[in-house]
Amino acid sequence: MRLKPVMGILLRQFYLIRGSPVRSFPMFAWVAIDIVVWGFITRYLNSMAAGRFNYVPSLLGAVLMWDFFTRIMQGVSTAFLEDVWSRNFLNLFATPLTIAEYILGLVITSIGTSAVGLAVMLVLATAVFGLSFFSLGILLVPFLLVLFGFGIALGVLASALVLRLGPASEWLVWPLPALLSPFVGVFYPLATLPRWMQGVGHLLPPSYVFEGMRAVLAGHSLSSGGLAAGGALAAVDILLAGYFFARVFRYAIRTGLLARYSAESTA
Amino acid sequence: MVTASPDDGPRPPYEGASVEVPALTREVVLRVAGLRKVYSQLIAVDGVSFDVHRNEVVGLLGPNGAGKTTTLNMILGVLSPTAGSVLIGGMDLARQRARALAQANFSAVYASLPGNLSVVQNLRFFGLVYGIPELGRRVAELLRQFDLERLRDTKCGLLSSGEQTRVALAKAVLNRPRLLLLDEPTASLDPAAAQTIRTRIRNLAVESGCGILWTSHNMYEVEEVCDRVLFLSRGRILLEGDPRRLPREHGTGTLEELFIRLAREPLREQPLEHAE
Repeated sequence: MRLKPVMGILLRQFYLIRGSPVRSFPMFAWVAIDIVVWGFITRYLNSMAAGRFNYVPSLLGAVLMWDFFTRIMQGVSTAFLEDVWSRNFLNLFATPLTIAEYILGLVITSIGTSAVGLAVMLVLATAVFGLSFFSLGILLVPFLLVLFGFGIALGVLASALVLRLGPASEWLVWPLPALLSPFVGVFYPLATLPRWMQGVGHLLPPSYVFEGMRAVLAGHSLSSGGLAAGGALAAVDILLAGYFFARVFRYAIRTGLLARYSAESTA
Repeated sequence: MVTASPDDGPRPPYEGASVEVPALTREVVLRVAGLRKVYSQLIAVDGVSFDVHRNEVVGLLGPNGAGKTTTLNMILGVLSPTAGSVLIGGMDLARQRARALAQANFSAVYASLPGNLSVVQNLRFFGLVYGIPELGRRVAELLRQFDLERLRDTKCGLLSSGEQTRVALAKAVLNRPRLLLLDEPTASLDPAAAQTIRTRIRNLAVESGCGILWTSHNMYEVEEVCDRVLFLSRGRILLEGDPRRLPREHGTGTLEELFIRLAREPLREQPLEHAE
């Protein structure tokens, strides 16, 4: 793998974000609104609980982590969609660029854009609503890593779907995180779910993060096996998503789909 | 089929070859052998073989749907052939994709550069993707060469057709390609702008030494620019030769008349006969 082509993908995204408030604003605006809304909800719930339970870490912390995950996923897929929107596939893939270099460029872009969102969320949640997120201690690192890994996997999968199904399918991939959210127990333990939903949830890495976070906040010990399972699942999902993207790419080259993506632009 | 081009060695056994020109020692930058693309019910390209040499401009001509763009897409690696091989600078595209494509570049009217990046941003972006050394210097050089300095910070989507063509050509020569593919590069230009672009491209072949494969429907342009042409119809090469000599050799007044005759002619198993 060569560094320069990866830098090229990164530089292109930097130019786009730097020159366009329409692109830079959503990096922090929607997550900030989420934190504000859920911050006030937790305040209200705390007032109802009259000190018997603090909703801030469990609810606001969960919102923060879920938003971080969705930002990662959308960071990858949005960077990919920039090439769909500008009909750039022919220019891009008639170069020496490899699929691995291209995807790595999208992933690094996503790290940058989601880091901005994470920082804004942390500042707001801590300064305005008193969330002591760092009370999770060193566990914060593996929690975020698992969510990061699964976000990357889902972003690559979403990009592959758009490549395979055509530009209009972007409307299909945006709601993917919302589709998964009932199964991963962002706000409630998996035990709350019917058995079949629990089964699905156990296949999804974020479930282990949110279960672990609730356990730590409740003062229980964390199941290191559970967290390791989440990490392993996220790693497998990244590999599967990369494999799926490569397969779709080969299909697009074999059938002429990739060439038609650009040819459509002249219609 | 008539062959009238130099070569550096044994040519692929072109079907129906009737005239052989003595071989010259010129570097082959593109070798296409037995290229075939079959979709479920359609043979888009059917056993196409040809070479492009250093310093040579080869015109790929044919009516709409003849298989020109399909052939170009296969050479660019964005469409895989059903059979056959593509060698760019001696590198097999199927086995050494990145190394082969590093030696090629292209410009096509249907593949404009991202309109939301400025001229200089596009050149830097593609320069990194191609791994160009001393990129800053190369970009400055191309901005000068293609009269783009005044437009360097203008978004490509805001440029006129002629300006966009110049930027696309600047991008197409960023990596000093040994093989340059141009799909109707002057299609949307006025005659004066088209003339300027033709001169630039012709000079490129002479000065940089690259081989150029050019598609166009403008026969005047083809006669002016191309050293050799390949007539493609229904996915097969019907005729090959010097565009200035072919009309006379085949009993037509102009290249355009020959084009029309070939485009309307049912595909033959036997090659076209020379007009005596």
